[in-house]
Amino acid sequence: MSTVLYKHYQHAHCESGVTANLLRHEGINISEPMAFGIGAGIFFAHLPFVKVSGTPGTTFRTWPGAIFKRTTQRLGIEMHTERFRSPERANQALDSVIATGKPVGMLSSVYYLPYLPEAFRFHFNAHNLVVYGKENGRYLVSDPILEDVATIAPEDLAKARFAKGTPEPRGFMYYVKSVPQHIDYTKAIQAGIKQTCFFMLSPPLPWFGNKAIFLLSKQIKKYPQKLTPRKASLYLGNVVRMQEEIGTGGAGFRFLYAAFLQEAGTMLKRDDLQGFSAELTKIGDDWRNFAYHAARLMKDRKSDLVSFDELSDLLRVCGEKERDLFGRIQKIKW
Amino acid sequence: MKTNEVPQDKRDFKEGDKIHKLMYAVDNDGKYTGITSAGWEAENIATKQAWDAVDEELAETAEKVKKGELSPIAYYMQKNLMEVALLASYVGKWQWQVKRHFKPSVFNKLSADVLAKYAAVFNISVDELKSFGK
Repeated sequence: MSTVLYKHYQHAHCESGVTANLLRHEGINISEPMAFGIGAGIFFAHLPFVKVSGTPGTTFRTWPGAIFKRTTQRLGIEMHTERFRSPERANQALDSVIATGKPVGMLSSVYYLPYLPEAFRFHFNAHNLVVYGKENGRYLVSDPILEDVATIAPEDLAKARFAKGTPEPRGFMYYVKSVPQHIDYTKAIQAGIKQTCFFMLSPPLPWFGNKAIFLLSKQIKKYPQKLTPRKASLYLGNVVRMQEEIGTGGAGFRFLYAAFLQEAGTMLKRDDLQGFSAELTKIGDDWRNFAYHAARLMKDRKSDLVSFDELSDLLRVCGEKERDLFGRIQKIKW
Repeated sequence: MKTNEVPQDKRDFKEGDKIHKLMYAVDNDGKYTGITSAGWEAENIATKQAWDAVDEELAETAEKVKKGELSPIAYYMQKNLMEVALLASYVGKWQWQVKRHFKPSVFNKLSADVLAKYAAVFNISVDELKSFGK
């Protein structure tokens, strides 16, 4: 079986990274931040009642699959997506597509990817990667978070693609069918930014968007009374891990989104977007500071460095600054 | 975050130092660029803590299996970072059935078929599964 000329680029985040890598293969020169921004990838949600491995669920990104779907739709790119009932049929379908020279994106569970270090292998089922060929009975893998390409045995890949739990990938795979002659970035960028502001500011429920940052801030204040030191430490640890999960620099995707605003500002020749980018970079540093202090507090369990009250305040300030910033971005006259 | 502030704190557990993740930071002109990072102290603490919690619980369960309070299924479930719900969906059983299989008395009477299913999910042989803790 032949191997197509596929170029692997390392990215910070798996889904925007796979999207960028698949599109670049088709000759569309798109960066990861651009894919992340057009796909409105940044989000926030805190669900105290949904326990993930015993700790409240927190996320800094939109739901799996959304970035990829929105970005390709907004750029007018036609994709083929498919799920499967059995691993055999999924592997057959994959083989027939890579034989034509198309790299294929797919969902997988990181737990079943032996090329990743053990430190990262939890049961997380929404990891995206690209398979771009098959050699000596092993699939050639371009995992966007890795510096280099890797290989995987077909039986391991089948396990990763048919992992159980939430969400079930069910062999989900996708590839580019056709690319339009002309791509209108302006419209796509506008639509992405508008949607991001809407999702951040509009949800009327306290668990989603900007409001959820204040909810988490209030919850953290109560941790010392409500929880044992061990639990409080585990809860905080989970927030930091979600914030840091795959290369966000501790800012929970703020730097990635700021990079998008900057690139969009340059492309559309708009100074206001450049300014917003610089502001978001500063807010990202505040998030980083929050993560840093949370980790210290966690490590010492009864730290005097910064109390839960102060930690909660650090987070509240992030929320206030972002409410103001996204409010102004929403009012942009296009 | 400036490019020179991108953390390079080595992640020195469970082969974590094998990966250098990409991060976005601004250079001296304020322009965003991608920089690889060896890891960050705050993240390392959080990830290490999650693993320590796993290891502690696993050691406790191993003790209970050795004392005959729990079956090896409980041990291997935790070793594979699973919860009852996840294991149940892998072996195609109800959660209450899996919980019942945690009892050594029930485990000892399990059919070869069911044991083989568990062993396959845990990626071990039936013998390894049966002999753990003995």
